[in-house]
Amino acid sequence: MTEQTTSADQAEPTAEQQHFEHLLSEDSRVEPRDWMPEAYRKSLTRQVSQHAHSEIIGMQPEANWITRAPSLKRKAVLMAKVQDEAGHGLYLYSAAETLGTPRSVLNEQLLSGKAKYSSIFNYPARTWADMGAIGWLVDGAAICNQVPLCRASYGPYGRAMVRICKEESFHQRQGWEILYELSHGTEAQKQMAQDAVNRFYGPALQMFGPPDADSPNSQQSMEWNIKRFSNDELRQRFVDMIVPQAEALGLTLPDPDLKWNEERGHYDYGQLDWNEFMSVIKGSGPCNVQRMKRRREAHANGAWVREAAEAYAQRQAREAAEVEAAASSPEAAVAIDETTVMAGRGSAELIGA
Amino acid sequence: MSENQNGNWPLWEVFVRSSRGLSHVHAGSLHAPDATMAVRNARDLYTRRNEGTSVWVVPADAITASDPDSKGGYFESAQGKSYRHATYYTKSEGVKHL
Repeated sequence: MTEQTTSADQAEPTAEQQHFEHLLSEDSRVEPRDWMPEAYRKSLTRQVSQHAHSEIIGMQPEANWITRAPSLKRKAVLMAKVQDEAGHGLYLYSAAETLGTPRSVLNEQLLSGKAKYSSIFNYPARTWADMGAIGWLVDGAAICNQVPLCRASYGPYGRAMVRICKEESFHQRQGWEILYELSHGTEAQKQMAQDAVNRFYGPALQMFGPPDADSPNSQQSMEWNIKRFSNDELRQRFVDMIVPQAEALGLTLPDPDLKWNEERGHYDYGQLDWNEFMSVIKGSGPCNVQRMKRRREAHANGAWVREAAEAYAQRQAREAAEVEAAASSPEAAVAIDETTVMAGRGSAELIGA
Repeated sequence: MSENQNGNWPLWEVFVRSSRGLSHVHAGSLHAPDATMAVRNARDLYTRRNEGTSVWVVPADAITASDPDSKGGYFESAQGKSYRHATYYTKSEGVKHL
């Protein structure tokens, strides 16, 4: 289900190149076994795997609050959400693998720090209200970004995104509801909610990436029908959505320049701190080191589980082979109790080992 | 089935039957050391919201697929054979139950 070797781009378009271009011009889908330009394959592998890494690292800020969730209900919800993030990571890794890079390589790229993940997860989750702000703003921005990706030209990526988007809407709503409860609670609770929104607003808006003028790869990505809207278009769409949502919460957004622009039919918003964004991407965010350390520890701590699963699978295979061998020998066949064969057990006694 | 080359377990393709009476449909793939664990992981990964009543896992390398490059030639035999469809026959228009 994976790779297909490709020839380098040549001056004259080959039949396969023409077929690829035709698929794009028809707004059709490219599937794993189709020919595709090396640059398309490489760019998608990077995007899809970074997306997967983001889901995996993204479990950390919230997993951090599972043991301190304020009620059993909130705890169950948070666990389900973190489990979903793990699932989203796996859907995306499986899509990325269809482009030909094995899972072990993708995993190694994350653990070695070679691969990037979304910079939003390098911010700490300081209070319970952050669970609300992350769900509402971070997952909200992610949905805004991901809905158009459901139509991405690469089939497996688009299909993974459809599945993910269905699940994300619960994430965003539960976050909004956490903030709603807090903003309608005591003064201190409302303050906590406001503080969380203040800290996540800017970073959430930056999740759409740099302004269009500073996003050199966007154009190519749009020509390939992977990206459907520019960073700034999506950011604007998100701002327009969250302003009334914040009003419904009774909270404010920390942006003095935020106001309705009658002429444009959109909300204007202030400058974002792109120096901070670049510095977080380059590794100097508040939690970059902690997130990577935790990820490596989790991988190392899981080694015994992987080894045990491996050993178990080998033993099962060995025992099944023994039972089969015993069953096919005429003397043993008489002695074998059907149920032990079915259960794949008891073969050692039967063959006198 | 278990082979741990470069830390890679075999790849399994997952098919989920969403409800009785419908076919199993491809949902995605996953790695697992053997079929039993692949089924269990597939349940956790692809049916967290009642998406399925049955799951199949198939070793990815056991699937033989048609060659995408020969797409035209391989599938065109049905083209130009509109007489295989009921809509090809028009004389009976207006005649009931036909």
